Order: sequence, then structure tokens, then C-alpha cells
Amino acid sequence: MIAANLPALQVVLPLLGATLCAFLRRGTWAWGIALVVSLAMPFVAAALLIQVLDGGVISYAMGGWKPPIGIEYRIDVVNAFLLLLVSLIGAVIMPYAKRSVEKEIAPEHQPWFYAIYLLCLCGLLGIVISGDAFNVFVFMEVSSLATYALIAMGRDRRALLAAYQYLIMGTIGATFYVIGVGLLYSMTGTLNLADMANRLEGIENSRAVLAALAFLTVGISLKLALFPLHVWLPNAYTYAPSMATAFLAATATKVAVYLLLRYFFTVFGASIIFTRLPVSEIFLILSLAAMFGASIVAVFQDNVKRMLAYSSVAQIGYITLGIAIANKTGLTGGIVHLFNHALIKGALFMAIGAVFYRIGSVKLDDLAGLGKRMPITMGAFVLAGLSIIGVPGTVGFVSKWYLALGAFEEGWWWLVFLLVASSLISVVYIGRIVEVAWFRPVSAAAKRAEEPPLSMLLPTLLLVAATVYFGFDTSLTAGIAERAAELLLAGIR
Amino acid sequence: MDLLQTIVAHYNHWIIIFLMVSGLYIVVARGNMIKKLVGLGLFQTSVYLLYLSPGKILGGTPPILSPQFSVYSNPLPHVLILTAIVVGVATLALGLALVVRINEAFGTIEEDEIFAGEEDE
Repeated sequence: MIAANLPALQVVLPLLGATLCAFLRRGTWAWGIALVVSLAMPFVAAALLIQVLDGGVISYAMGGWKPPIGIEYRIDVVNAFLLLLVSLIGAVIMPYAKRSVEKEIAPEHQPWFYAIYLLCLCGLLGIVISGDAFNVFVFMEVSSLATYALIAMGRDRRALLAAYQYLIMGTIGATFYVIGVGLLYSMTGTLNLADMANRLEGIENSRAVLAALAFLTVGISLKLALFPLHVWLPNAYTYAPSMATAFLAATATKVAVYLLLRYFFTVFGASIIFTRLPVSEIFLILSLAAMFGASIVAVFQDNVKRMLAYSSVAQIGYITLGIAIANKTGLTGGIVHLFNHALIKGALFMAIGAVFYRIGSVKLDDLAGLGKRMPITMGAFVLAGLSIIGVPGTVGFVSKWYLALGAFEEGWWWLVFLLVASSLISVVYIGRIVEVAWFRPVSAAAKRAEEPPLSMLLPTLLLVAATVYFGFDTSLTAGIAERAAELLLAGIR
Repeated sequence: MDLLQTIVAHYNHWIIIFLMVSGLYIVVARGNMIKKLVGLGLFQTSVYLLYLSPGKILGGTPPILSPQFSVYSNPLPHVLILTAIVVGVATLALGLALVVRINEAFGTIEEDEIFAGEEDE
């Protein structure tokens, strides 16, 4: 009974948890509920992934209404992998959240914070699991509205501005997405993504379908912060509460990338996207612009959270580069980096959240000498930083290795040099933090600092350990990513 | 003449495009945060029409099975847009709530004044 309804549980549990949290008045109880739900999610996702790895595709008819008329939850290797990623990050971050939220959110708002967080989790998982274009839109708005509220709960008053700006940009993105879906619906008469892919055959070249593709691409690219549509991201990540930043940086943009992959490869099919239209070239240029432009901007930031936010924009460039390369190896690199970057950025933002917990600042100058006061936290930060750079033995290297191999297969040897060159820029910004934290006299803010409580330290260390572990044992991540890439490139036809 | 006929025949599309572009223009061009939200609302409304207008068939009836009728309008777009309207209301409510908080925190809802104030700090 439960096994058959796992796909529904994946979305319904966080939704119920959010409702419960909203009724509570005590932050600790709400945290307890969020913890139980978040810890249950990876088990559900893992069970789904195991089923999918054995037996192909799971099709779940929501409410018993048969697809393509009813809403279908369709799970294959690609979204099972994403479900596991999102729920794992949610589970790791929850124990961390308690102390961080107690410090940063007013007591009367804490239950709301957890309720909104669970809604966000529900929305993100819903986007990934649903096989219905309009259902995806609803979940996208559930997660987006929750995200705006999470960001607005930041302490700094500029958090409100960041949330407002993101609301405007995000709503435009989501509306573009609906316009695209509306055009596709009027052309095909169906909202089921698999069904839509079949019915698009033969009419791919009509103007309405091409316009739909353009609207969908721009709309989703806004959500995933593809350069130059990333302007909402740095402010949002800088001013959001630490826990929200860590969660969003690790999951929200990744889910949007998944949606783009789904539309490009499953619905439209690789042949339309890459042979008849210059999508590959456009994504190549934008990815490179992100990798270099955003990395260079990151070097000059004095706020560490903002530096990491720009680094996120750059890293998203690597993921979309995998889409641009569009052969099996390159796409594997992109999907593996989706997973790896979630681990790395989650770890980095959690470490910096722990720093904020102790010294109340994330300004670079205030971090001076912190390497002596909080050696474990800063050590974890640097280890994750090495992963961003792509040092061999970390996950960052694995993704870049696959991307480079993919570029070689296409004969783009110059791209390999650009990959290395852009990695060197990340050496500079991570190096700046190392220099400040270890080679400068202890700042006034850092004088009294000590290691954060274990409940914050352990989850951070767990993620950092994962970035090293998956750097050596790539069978799980790269293995699944390779199968996902194969599946995507085969398309529905 | 043919061109004119095509233009007139697609009048619903012209209305949609006009609303869409003017909404988007207001969002981009106005610095007042309430006006931006009004523009956003216009932009979203255009999408409601985009869904609804192809759903209606001239002479079509609601989809109730009866031997007297053979042409039915598609009810699905209406249901979808009902959902989209709810989403739009939620977005507008959250946006307005944020503007209220911004007004409390900054004492203004004009974007240029806020950014000018931020640079002084």
C-alpha cells in the first residue's frame, strides 16, 4: 500500500507538515515536525530511485485519474536522482537549522519559518516529480512564493528589497513558463509531458511551437539564474537567513535546471533543440560568460555570502555548459555537477552560516584570523572551497573531468583551456578567504569566537565529507548521471 | 485586404499582446513598487486571456453530453486559469505585504530613493 503510493508521499508529507507547523506557536515543536518530515524524505526518494534503477519508469496516477487526462507523476532515473538530491539536502540541513534559526529569526516567527520551509520543499519536490506541465507551474509557484517569504525573513532590512526584486523577476519567469505551456497546449491539446512529446512530432517547426520553446527557455532560465538573468540571485542569497541560503543555493536552481533538461530533451527532443536551432551555441556563450564574468565579480566582493552567490552563478555556467556540449559525456558532466555543486554550495553556505552564528557578520574583514579561532569550521570551508576549484580528489574535479572529456569528444579542445582558466579564477576568491582567515591578525569581531555547536558543525562536516567521498567513489553519482544522460539523449522517440 | 482580414480575425491575440507588453513595460519602466505590481498583474492577466480565448469555440456549448449538441467548448482552460488566478492573487498579496514592510523599513516605496539612500550608508 505504502510502496505503491510513494510518489504521492514525496509531496504530501511536506505539505501536511507545513500545515501542522502553521498551527504551532513554539519554534522547537515546529522544528521537530520539520525534522521528522525532512528525515523521512530521503528514504522515500531512495526507495523510488531503487525501484527506477531496477524497473524503468514509474507512472503514478494522482487521485486515480488515468494519464494523460489526469495528473501523472512520472519518475525515471533523471528525476529520481534529483528527488534524492533535494531530500538529502533537506535532511542534512534540518538538524543544522535549529540553532541557526533560533539566532536569526524572532521566536514568534519561527513556526512560520519552518512552515514556509516545508512548503518550499514540497514545491521543489513537486516540480521534479510531476509529469504534468501545468501541475509543474503550480508547484513552481508554491516553491517560489515560499522562497520569497523565506528571503524576506532575513534580519537585514535589505532582505525585503531582495525578496521584492526576486518576486518581480520570479513571477515574470513563471508567467513566461505558463505562456509557453499555453502555446504548447493550444498546439497539442495535452498537458502531460510525455504525451506532449509524442504529439509534437510533425509540428515542431510551426511558429507557435518555436515561440513556446523561446518562452519556456527564457522563463526557466530566469529561475535557474542563467547569466545574464541572474541579477536577483546575489541579493537574495546575501540577505536571506543562513539556513534558507544554504537550502536554496543547494536545491532551487538545480530543480530549475532539471526542468530545462526535461523540456529540452524529453518534450522537444534533442534533435530539434540542437540540430535545427542554435541552442547549443547560445548556451555555450552564456555559460562561458557566467563562468568568467560571475567568477571575476566574485573575486571583488567583500561580503562572503555575496561572493559565494556570484560563485553560484558561475557554477551554474558549468552545469549549462554540459547542456551546451550535448553529447553523452558532457551531459553526464552537467548532471553530475548538478549533484556535486549542491553538496559543495550547501557545505560552503552552512560553514559561513556557522561563522555568522558565532561572530554575527559575514564581512571579509571580520573573518580575519578566524582560522585560529574556528579551525574546524574554516577547515571545512576550505575543503569545500577546494572542491569549487576542482582539485583532484574532490567532487568538483569529477564534474570538470567529464565536461572536459565531453568537450574533447566534440573536438572543442579550446574549451578545456577555458575550463581550467575559469577554475583558476575561483582559486583567487577562495584564496582571498584563506589569506584573511589564516594570515591576518585576529579581528575584533572574531576575538571571542569559538567552534559552533555540534548540531551545526556535524551536518556541515557531513556534507564536506560527502564532497570528498564522491570525489573518489564516483560509481553512485557519475554512474546514475550517466544513465540519466543516456535516457535524456534517447528522448521519448 | 487579406492581411487586414487576418489582422481583424486574430483580434483576441492583439489584445493579449497589447496587455502583455504594456504590463511588462510598466514593470520595467516604473520605479514605484505598487505600480510595478500593477504592471505585473496586467502581464499575468494577459496570460489568462491567452488560455481562455482558444478554449471558446463559436457556437460551442458547455461540455454536457446531449444529442442536441455536437460542438463543445473546452472546459480545461477555464479550470487551469482558475488555478492561475489563485496563484496570481497569492503573488499580488505577498508582493503588497512586502511593499508594506519596505515602506516601514525604508520610509518610501520609490526604488530610486531607496537605492540612493543605500549608497549613502
